[in-house]
Amino acid sequence: MNKVIQAARGIFLWVDDRLHLTKLYESTAGHHVPQSSGSWFYVFGSATLLCFMVQVATGIMLAMVYVPSAAEAYASLEYLTFHQYLGWFLRAVHYWGSNFMVGIMLLHMTQVFLFGAYKYPREITWITGVFLMVLTLGLAFTGQVMRFDEDAYWGLGIGVAILGRVPFLGEQLVNLMLGGPIIASDTLSRFFALHVFVLPGGVLAIVSLHLRMVLTKGINEYPRPGQLVQRETYDKEYAAILKKEGVPFFPKAISKDLVAASIVLFGILACASFFGPKGPLGPPNPVQIDTLPRPDFFFLWIFAVAALMPDWMESVALLGGPVIIGLFLLALPFFNGTGEKSWRRRPIAVLTVLLTYVALGLLTYLGHTSPWSPEMEAWKSDPTPKEFLAGRSPLELQGSLVIQSMQCRNCHAIDGIGGQRGPDLAAVGARLTKDQLIRQVIQGGGNMPAYGKNLSPDQVEAVVTYMVSLRPPGVTPARDSTLPGRPPLE
Amino acid sequence: MNEEPANPCACKTESKKTSRRDFLLATGFGLNTLAGAMIGIPLLGYVLSSFFKPNPLTKISLGPVENFPEGKTRFASYRNPMPRQWDGQTADIPCWVRRIQGNDFQVFAINCTHLGCPVRWFEESKLFMCPCHGGAFYEDGGHAAGPPPRGLYTYEVKVEQGELFIMGGVLPNLSNQNV
Repeated sequence: MNKVIQAARGIFLWVDDRLHLTKLYESTAGHHVPQSSGSWFYVFGSATLLCFMVQVATGIMLAMVYVPSAAEAYASLEYLTFHQYLGWFLRAVHYWGSNFMVGIMLLHMTQVFLFGAYKYPREITWITGVFLMVLTLGLAFTGQVMRFDEDAYWGLGIGVAILGRVPFLGEQLVNLMLGGPIIASDTLSRFFALHVFVLPGGVLAIVSLHLRMVLTKGINEYPRPGQLVQRETYDKEYAAILKKEGVPFFPKAISKDLVAASIVLFGILACASFFGPKGPLGPPNPVQIDTLPRPDFFFLWIFAVAALMPDWMESVALLGGPVIIGLFLLALPFFNGTGEKSWRRRPIAVLTVLLTYVALGLLTYLGHTSPWSPEMEAWKSDPTPKEFLAGRSPLELQGSLVIQSMQCRNCHAIDGIGGQRGPDLAAVGARLTKDQLIRQVIQGGGNMPAYGKNLSPDQVEAVVTYMVSLRPPGVTPARDSTLPGRPPLE
Repeated sequence: MNEEPANPCACKTESKKTSRRDFLLATGFGLNTLAGAMIGIPLLGYVLSSFFKPNPLTKISLGPVENFPEGKTRFASYRNPMPRQWDGQTADIPCWVRRIQGNDFQVFAINCTHLGCPVRWFEESKLFMCPCHGGAFYEDGGHAAGPPPRGLYTYEVKVEQGELFIMGGVLPNLSNQNV
């Protein structure tokens, strides 16, 4: 028995001598980290990397079946989803993996920001992280194009419309993005190359640097309020922390990362199994224009911003916004590189995070509901509730028909039924006088088209008479406030 | 310190050796730079070819003018004039044709001037509406409501021997249309 152990030891020592495994372990997985960094707050970085690995594994599998050709991509997606054994599952894991990756990356960034981990001497760790964020969002956008359906097609159109606003170089940049002057097969091939080779390669390269920085400059110790970072003293303090309470990352500090990793994997698995893959929606047929293009979850907020911004600032914000945010993030460790790290004493940092999350959350919600979009089918399919028809005169009923047939309902709901773009008409008679209504219908304004040319005087009279009758029971019609004491119209 | 000049030969051999190495190093760098450029420049040219290509507007038929009744706006489509065999349906490009009267036509791009979504025509209210952010346009393409910065993009129209032609093949956006 002793001999066997001796022999095994000999073999191990030989392998170790040739491969330097112990040295590799000591300088990587076994490197010392502050015990305080073995915290639940420190699990998001490894979890994001885990998501990336899931994406690489499932992505390679999908690429074995997927055909990146404009003519055949859609059919191959359908084949993957409905015929290929477990194809639906791989598509679902890849789709949900991307959602998890973007979400957890955001959490990681938030934690790093709140814990001051971007401060001296970890500037480059942060900067590489910013580039990883850009690459991850790039992967998310190009991945959305891989699901080559109607949303992908019109999503590319949105990209063109944004890029086309770049001064001087817009046309060239659009051509570069599309691989030609129009969305076609070259576009998909180009996005495939980006999604499968260029961007993941970039992630691998920059993640290596990112992790190298974690090893050389160390993981941020759990910040304590009042413990300030100073360039002159920090390195010594960190060395002292490592000496006093340093533990090897593996196996002493990795336990929570492992638990978090399993939660992420089970999460992806659960979402993939319960909700399945997304789409593909309708085929990428430009002639089929009965479509409601929407971006994937992580870009809905941009979709909402584009709807809500005043048009004069739109080009500036769409093109300048990303540059300003990027520059701010890159510059952050330089103008705020020392001092307090704990979020408990950094109210502006906490407010920034809260504001960002509230804004992103609200914009995503709005992007999801998109109340600014007309309901294209409302005029054909939405009923007029009967209390808005009962007891009306023939002229008023005629008006209600005009409202329906002239597509007014696409933008105007009646009692919540119909489009949300314009105001609900349920009580419009109590808000606007007959004269105001006539003016509004004929001239438009306030984001409503003018109907003067498209309605005959009879139709205007009918519509306005009907709208005056749209009031809650017992409420008199709106009166002109410049005519005091004027009796109600009815 | 004092011994340095005592052995000048060693110094000389050393510097000779180094200079040969230096020469090889410089040659290595030089040759690789040259070869790298000879491979890299065509590579960039390949990738960036679309960047420098001018937009080729092509004369495309939309069919006989009789297909488009006077005073009406009709849906039409054309094939991408520079197709690939593997374009599939993406080579079918839609547009809206408005025949005002006689040979007086307006042909609008399908793409909303805001973010490029496909606008739909509503005959009754004589409006184009966009499903993305609620842009609306009048019958003549003028901006009616919503966030678009301008009216609908139009194609250059020609009528020759009873056939309607447009100059197409380029996805219209703010960079290639007059604002």
